[in-house]
Amino acid sequence: MKSFIKASLLTAASLWTAATLAAGPTVPLDKAEIDLHDKASLQRGAQLFMNYCLGCHSMQYQRYNRTFRDLGIPIELGVENLQFTGEKPGDLITNAMPKESASAWFGTAAPDLTLVSRVRGADWLYTYFRSFYVDESRPFGVNNAVFPNVGMPHVLQELQGVPRKTHEQRLVDGEMKDVYVGIKSDGSGILSPAEYDQAMLDLTNFLVYTGEPMLLEQRRLGWYVFGFILVFTILSWLLKREYFRDLK
Amino acid sequence: MNKLIAWFDERIPLTKTWNIHLAQYPAPKNFNFWYLFGVLAMLVLVNQILTGIWLTMNYVPSAEGAFASVEYIMRDIDYGWLLRYMHSTGASAFFVVVYLHMFRGMMYGSYQKPRELLWVFGMLIFLVLMAEAFMGYLLPWGQMSYWGAQVIISLFGAIPIIGDDLTLWIRGDYVISGATLNRFFALHVIALPLVLVILVFLHIIALHEVGSNNPEGIDIKKKKGTIPESEKPKFTFHERFTKKYDVVDAVPFFPYYVVKDLIGIGIFLFLFCYVIFFAPAMGGLFLEPPNFEAANPLKTPEHIAPVWYFTPFYAILRAVPDKLLGVILMFGAIVFLFLLPWIDRGRVRSIRYRCTFHKINLTLFVISFIALGYLGLKPATEVYTFFARVFTFLYFAFFIFLWFYSKNENTKPVPERITK
Repeated sequence: MKSFIKASLLTAASLWTAATLAAGPTVPLDKAEIDLHDKASLQRGAQLFMNYCLGCHSMQYQRYNRTFRDLGIPIELGVENLQFTGEKPGDLITNAMPKESASAWFGTAAPDLTLVSRVRGADWLYTYFRSFYVDESRPFGVNNAVFPNVGMPHVLQELQGVPRKTHEQRLVDGEMKDVYVGIKSDGSGILSPAEYDQAMLDLTNFLVYTGEPMLLEQRRLGWYVFGFILVFTILSWLLKREYFRDLK
Repeated sequence: MNKLIAWFDERIPLTKTWNIHLAQYPAPKNFNFWYLFGVLAMLVLVNQILTGIWLTMNYVPSAEGAFASVEYIMRDIDYGWLLRYMHSTGASAFFVVVYLHMFRGMMYGSYQKPRELLWVFGMLIFLVLMAEAFMGYLLPWGQMSYWGAQVIISLFGAIPIIGDDLTLWIRGDYVISGATLNRFFALHVIALPLVLVILVFLHIIALHEVGSNNPEGIDIKKKKGTIPESEKPKFTFHERFTKKYDVVDAVPFFPYYVVKDLIGIGIFLFLFCYVIFFAPAMGGLFLEPPNFEAANPLKTPEHIAPVWYFTPFYAILRAVPDKLLGVILMFGAIVFLFLLPWIDRGRVRSIRYRCTFHKINLTLFVISFIALGYLGLKPATEVYTFFARVFTFLYFAFFIFLWFYSKNENTKPVPERITK
């Protein structure tokens, strides 16, 4: 038994370190408070995606009607307000941008975003959306702190305003110094900084949903399965006790 | 009902097989926790075969369609996500239980005479399982599928003279391509599972021929006529086992160990289903994040790591500066395991009665294996490579030390009978 405990501890410890030390980006990421039960947030995120992202990025493994159903959007309403190019509700969420043209325009084809949350993680996406800043040396005049030399323009600039890396004069160790205080909008956007953060959280939430549209059902079902296994194990234990009685 | 069974018994050895392998098979009465993993491995094998059949119904084995078809299964097929997660989690679970099963064999000397062939069949199962898992991992056609396979197959290129032609032959192309995917699919869904099932059958036949070992490493088959009637078990065992020997301290496998294993299966299923329903990616260990991006031959991922169950061997490979020597050592790590019954020259089986040095040696071996597994997941930095070399040395040292001290080992006296 002692050796078993030792072995399990070792296994657990190695699994834990392996999971926590997975390679991460250089910029500290902000925590995205994802809530897949928040349908309003998911709907706002879907709206943002269809309006600002879908022009270049497809979502080619996800279907419109599935999305509408899961997000509680009536089909007619969805077709009318979230489908722009005359697809059928059962179609996959694709777009018309040819891959070759995209490569010519942006240097690389815009990646499909269905599974981006599973590749990058929610925190990365949430931080990325809020990390564009003005950089005149880049083709589109913007760069991104999380994704250096990113190939896309800041398509949400009309919402955020013009974001710049901001420095402030601050007293550090008795001296006034120029300190980097993060990326700040010039306030010319439609949304306030707080509203923009919320909008980006909504968008992240939506992308987490599309990465695993089955996630809520999966967890719900998981509890029933646990219930079954519990009953199964208790019955097996009683059965074993009954049989092993005659070994005594 | 009895008439029906009799009808079959006249035509096929139905009752006889049931008795020999289950109802009248003598299993030592002192099996502990560690004796669960054989049954669990069979359970996982059945899970893999069944879920695999249903996945095959909707999977498209082509470079153009593979990735999309997996997402089709995940999104559009009813409970397709469940089948896929059962299969992907099953792959990792298979290695978990097989590694523990092998460790059990090493701890209690289950490979020693007369169980050498049983061990060799087990090692063949392990080898085929690795090939099966490797080929299965290419099928989702994600970035890690593609680049992982690229790295592993290129290893064969290190073999002198035939290396390049061999890799070309395996891939069927100059790079991993649709041709590779198609042949891996064929091997993964039919060729290797068939071999695996046959080997499992042989493994069990060999086990039931020599009989099960136990945590004490004491034989339950005694010389005929040496055991008084009063000390014999009250159960009927098949004459196949009692004709030549007096069997002691045993219980029939059915029903006793069947009902006991059911509890173990319940606990295993709890852990297994926890992963399936609540952590199918297992923090990137079971499903690696880059694999959610379709394979792109023009874009190499920053860091290519095989799935966790291969990383101990991958770490050994990387620890050696010379590629060919690295490949030799990596395969050597498995060859040494194959030869364990002949490397260990001891006659005492269980770790309970072996010398202290053996206990330390085996502990260091387990630590090295786990440490190598961890290091194989990490980038090969200077510090990590240094540690990988230390643990590679310790891994092989286990076998070399064992060969020397096992000849005239200072063992504890082994009791005649299982007392517990």
